[in-house]
Amino acid sequence: VQDCILLKKMEISVAEAEKRTGKNAVNMQETYTVYLIEMRPVDAASEGTNPVPDSLWRRYSEFELLRNYLLVTYPFLVVPPLPEKRAEFVWHKLSADNMDPDFVERRRVGLENFLLRVASHPDLSTDKIFYSFLTEENGWKETVFETGFQAKADSRLKALNATFRVKNPDKRFAEMKHYGDELQSVISQLLRVRARAADRLYGVYKVHGNYGRVFSEWSAIEKEMGDGLQSAGHHMDAYAASVDDILEEEEHYADQMKEYLFYADALRAVCRKHELTQYELEMAAQDLTSKKQQREELATGTIRTFSLKGVTSKLFGQETPEQREAKLKMLETQIEEGEELVKERNAECEEFVKSAWVDIERFKEQKDHDLREALISYAIMQISMCKKGIQVWNNAKECFSKM
Amino acid sequence: MFTALLTFKKNVDTTLTDGSSFNASMQTSPASMINQYKFEEDADTKDIFVTVDNPESHVTAIETYITYRVMTKTTRSEFDSSEFEVRRRYQDFLWLKGRLEEAHPTLIAHPLPEKFVVKGMVERFNEDFIETRRRALHRFLNKIAEHPIFSSSEDFKIFLTAASGELTSHKKQGPGFLSRMGDTVKAVAAAVRGVRNRPQEFTEMQEYVEAFSQKISSLDKVTQRIVREQKEYLEELKECGPTYALWSQSEEELAEPLKNVAGCVDRCCKETEEQVKNLSDHLIPVLHEYVLCADTLKAVLRRRDNIQADFEAKTEALATKKADRDTMRNDLDKAEDRLEWANNALKSDWTRWQKVMRTDLRSAFVDTAERNVSYYEKCLAVWESFLHSQRTDAEGNGKVDFS
Repeated sequence: VQDCILLKKMEISVAEAEKRTGKNAVNMQETYTVYLIEMRPVDAASEGTNPVPDSLWRRYSEFELLRNYLLVTYPFLVVPPLPEKRAEFVWHKLSADNMDPDFVERRRVGLENFLLRVASHPDLSTDKIFYSFLTEENGWKETVFETGFQAKADSRLKALNATFRVKNPDKRFAEMKHYGDELQSVISQLLRVRARAADRLYGVYKVHGNYGRVFSEWSAIEKEMGDGLQSAGHHMDAYAASVDDILEEEEHYADQMKEYLFYADALRAVCRKHELTQYELEMAAQDLTSKKQQREELATGTIRTFSLKGVTSKLFGQETPEQREAKLKMLETQIEEGEELVKERNAECEEFVKSAWVDIERFKEQKDHDLREALISYAIMQISMCKKGIQVWNNAKECFSKM
Repeated sequence: MFTALLTFKKNVDTTLTDGSSFNASMQTSPASMINQYKFEEDADTKDIFVTVDNPESHVTAIETYITYRVMTKTTRSEFDSSEFEVRRRYQDFLWLKGRLEEAHPTLIAHPLPEKFVVKGMVERFNEDFIETRRRALHRFLNKIAEHPIFSSSEDFKIFLTAASGELTSHKKQGPGFLSRMGDTVKAVAAAVRGVRNRPQEFTEMQEYVEAFSQKISSLDKVTQRIVREQKEYLEELKECGPTYALWSQSEEELAEPLKNVAGCVDRCCKETEEQVKNLSDHLIPVLHEYVLCADTLKAVLRRRDNIQADFEAKTEALATKKADRDTMRNDLDKAEDRLEWANNALKSDWTRWQKVMRTDLRSAFVDTAERNVSYYEKCLAVWESFLHSQRTDAEGNGKVDFS
């Protein structure tokens, strides 16, 4: 399995983004962004030859289509999420505009990340539709639709119904779903709080720029103090400007958090699918039990369960032995089919639980590793910010002491 | 050095306090007096130490007020003892300042903290208000003690040493209400008249004071704004730590690093809180005092102008009127001496004031820069300890690569 992982053989990147205009489905002019996907064999770089990478352009909606296909086709896998469709948790500096170059750039990185995640997944990386997404620019959409995956998708209503009515879901999945809820809630909160703090921090740094201006003006009227003031003012300007880089780096951290915010959703989707398969098993089992009971009643002539047939027969007299015989035969067939169905569904359920749990364990390890790395990189960012602050204020102090 | 000036000053004090008339029986000529007005500053031989502390509330039938303990340690011979401890209230400080300004209209006295102005719900007996005022009163007395002329004022000595009853009776001895009214009328008249031939250097001083006043006000406002922004940043930051802590409760492997990050964020919050307090307690009061200084300077320049206007008026009167020529000549001589006196006093004190201002503001800004460096150093240590803990953890588990 390891050898099949695409990423071991190929280097994949989302190299560029470009604006395009064209007619959309309703024949209206629209502007959209396309992303250049490049693939080249891993060995090529090390051999020294540098062949032109295979490349093609894709837009965000095509990525969405790919992901939807994967979701439906591999409901037992925690499918990697796409970067957000619209900018959320923004603080005042970032625009929420999809055409904003910073947003586009961060999306480019997110899309590359998505492809890398899929390409390094033991199961997903072998998918043919995924491969053709990377290699066949034209006609890919049609190929996807031809798989008929949309028909296999579970309706939301069906899934919701199952969630409410399932009686014995696997405990581990129930816990995982709960965990997914908590993860989503806490990361949302973290992103909100962080965005507000970033906004405020921006204000603090920028106001120091006013020091720069006033020091400069003041230095004009002083003789001995002038030089010290003037140069201190420059450092204040530098301090004010430094916040832009600081917050840009923090944005990257926020993106890492966002990925897991969306992963939480993918995790919950797997749990919901389990509930659905379990529910369908329970329904089939319940149906079988009721049919068996009916057979028993018919055979022994006792009516334990309430049925319209029972009431009418009481009112209008018992049916003929031939009629009873026919009914029994039908029930027997149905019971046979029912038992097959239960066996089938049971196997499906077990299979699902087995595969899903393997992927959930894999996801857990990945999550623990990635988020730990993210926290470490956050600490490194803070350290860098502190070092810059120390440098600026030491410089300013020197200038002040020359006042 | 001081003794010679003191004997000289004793005579001047008594004559100037009973109105504007100059004692014509002065032994020394104006020229030699001017020479003796040169301030030789022996910064190393500080022979008087004053502290203001220990605010206490006093309740009487009529009012409630605060007194402060004023302690003096001195080796000066004109003091009866080497240590004194008295209690003074704000009114007493106001009285002292008024006396000093009356005696020396063109010397620059350090400003007092402002009278209580009702701003919103701030209580007059609010702890922070009292502490801020106490510090400002302490600085005021120290500045007076450091001033070569003010520090040898009889009123200053009485302020530092007299028991409350003594002080009250001494206060009553000053020039009567009517004579003070007379001064005010003369001052208004002079102001209305306006000065005709202001020497260039005083015009330059006025232009400087205008500009300085604007710049220092701006700095005061900028600093206050920084404090406000910092406080708002702090409010948001305070929510980050608890969010990480909450998250850690849902996690297993990640619980420890998340708790750790929560702790780090909380510690940084504390440091930020302290930094805000430092700005409020150290930089803002100094800037604020120099805003008030600018107003003092403007008043001093106005008073000088009035003295000159008075002289110019008397000159004109002598030229035009025929009667009482002897008295008028006498008056004119006095006015001329007064003007020369005032100008030289101002010129010398101006130089001294600029030096003091430069020292004060330089050390205030250097201090602020040092505190900012210290703040960043502390935060740096917090995050480095987190990295260190993750490193040792990882090396133990053989997980993370820090390259």
